[in-house]
Amino acid sequence: MPKKLAFWQGNMAVAMGGIAAGCRFFGGYPITPSSEIAEVMAEELPKINGRFIQMEDEIGGIAATIGASIAGYKAMTATSGPGFSLKQENLGLAYMAEIPIVVIDVMRGGPSTGLPTRVSQQDVMQARWGTHGDHGTIAYAPSSVQECFELTIDAFNMAERFRQPVLVMSDEVIGHMREKVVIPEPGSYPIVDRKRPKVSPEEFVPYLADPADDVPAMASFGDGYRWHVTGLTHNDYGFPTNEPEEIGKKHLRLVRKVERFRDEIVKYDLEQTEGAEILVVSYGCVARSAVRAVREARAKGIRVGHFRPITLWPFPDKELIQAAGQAKKVIVPELNCGQMISEVKIALGCKAEIIPSNLVNGEILRPHEILATIEEVA
Amino acid sequence: MPREEIKPWLRTRFFPHIWCPGCGHGIILHAILRSLVDLGKTREETVIASGIGCSSRMPGYINANTVHTTHGRSLAFATGIKLAKPELTVIDVMGDGDCTAIGGNHFIHACRRNIDITAIVMNNNIYGITGGQASPTTPVGARATTAPYGAIDTPFDICRLAEGAGASYVARATIAQPVLCEQYIKKAIQKKGFSVVEIITHCHTQFGRKNKRPNPVDNLIFFKENSIPKAKAKEMTEEEKKGKIVIGEFVDREGLEYTEAYLKLIERVRG
Repeated sequence: MPKKLAFWQGNMAVAMGGIAAGCRFFGGYPITPSSEIAEVMAEELPKINGRFIQMEDEIGGIAATIGASIAGYKAMTATSGPGFSLKQENLGLAYMAEIPIVVIDVMRGGPSTGLPTRVSQQDVMQARWGTHGDHGTIAYAPSSVQECFELTIDAFNMAERFRQPVLVMSDEVIGHMREKVVIPEPGSYPIVDRKRPKVSPEEFVPYLADPADDVPAMASFGDGYRWHVTGLTHNDYGFPTNEPEEIGKKHLRLVRKVERFRDEIVKYDLEQTEGAEILVVSYGCVARSAVRAVREARAKGIRVGHFRPITLWPFPDKELIQAAGQAKKVIVPELNCGQMISEVKIALGCKAEIIPSNLVNGEILRPHEILATIEEVA
Repeated sequence: MPREEIKPWLRTRFFPHIWCPGCGHGIILHAILRSLVDLGKTREETVIASGIGCSSRMPGYINANTVHTTHGRSLAFATGIKLAKPELTVIDVMGDGDCTAIGGNHFIHACRRNIDITAIVMNNNIYGITGGQASPTTPVGARATTAPYGAIDTPFDICRLAEGAGASYVARATIAQPVLCEQYIKKAIQKKGFSVVEIITHCHTQFGRKNKRPNPVDNLIFFKENSIPKAKAKEMTEEEKKGKIVIGEFVDREGLEYTEAYLKLIERVRG
């Protein structure tokens, strides 16, 4: 059977990946450079009996998305920069109330209105710590249009499995770049649906987690189970609590449910790391330039490799340590003033010299620029 | 005491409630539950949403599908729920600060969109749960912890705001008229479209103490003495209406409802 091919931009692939994962609700608000995702959803969702709504603001966009998920839909929203800031409070509600949603952030330059049409990687730490309070974070960074499609499916699967928001941290370059996408046949990739209650409505305890995975089964509004959703710290019955024992139990479970399965969540990619004396660590659009630079440097006889975190969170620290091997120098090119480099330092700090390479002028890092840095430190 | 058929609608497991003794919110909760029971609604098909505040704790006490969201945002959550499952009866309970300050944008757009949600706005002219700060409905001259010398900014008229923004049904009563409250809530739930019932209530703890109405009974008497029906208000001058509460139905119109329009759009797109 011939492969189904498409020539899409990253934002289109994110939308189509969501639909392939079962997304049938999108609540959003226009913002550059993510608007195409909403536009595709507005066109595609009615065709498959889905729902698209343009809300009055970014906050409403994520709120409607969470509402639809409570009503049983796989739902997502998309935004960028200032919009991602605005969504943080309700993102926190989704963590606390354990509502699965997918949020796409197409990163642009900041702070504030910053650079609406230009690329950055400045939201990496906001993805981890943007909303107040502790929680486990799952965030993917696609490096190609193909990955925009595939990682959005992964994002939905993880959101459903762990009952929490999952982020896809795209960027302006990946979002607007067009390239070939091989569309997998439906059924050829796994689709995860949230666990449904196995007990009767009378016996249902909405936040009683299964010790096997720390994730409670989720009913939908309208399916006969009556339950209470709140952003207040709550007990197993979903009701607000001030009991230290109940508070601690809930809080720790929110973090633990991701930490426990970290090995199953983490994704990364390696390029010629065997015997590398220098390692380049980059993600998103920068990784495309970095991988080319590494190949060119190898051709010149420099023993250099590349490590690409695909999940920014959880950060693949163990895998990075393994990949770094005996490398004494680690270069971290980023389109910010140094965010992911902190994680690299935590993982490798004592074993290697960590060298930042930052660009924050709205341009992308080009292969020859990264190659120059490699040659400089070699 | 509530009627027998209302008791299954209460989550007594979560009692005692957080409201002060004598608070008007209980009267409103009871009116909402009587309306739902009399309209033959089931707990399974009913959604109660809220934001943040004293009034927003109400869903926790109702044994239905309930969601206590972020401050001011409940209508946006409710919109997602309603669009996902239009067959559900969705009621959004809000306070004056929740609805008209931080949630003002969601409120006017829910009115404009005319989505079939019933908004019950419990207006006690103050932020109660945070300690008596001024709200957008605090009357000029009234004192609050953040208006120690009296509020100087003009309050919102919630009903006129809803009317101007496009709601299909708009009515106002006070907790001193519980039967009228129930009557309006029933009509609001039955109305296909966005409906708003503003219920004037009191916060004797936070507003009353600073404004010479420190007891619940003082407030009920104040509401009884100062409520005037819409028809009578028409014959009064602006000066005469000062400090009075105009009660009645202000809007009752038919309009294109949002989820119906969306389902029609789906039909059209799918051919």
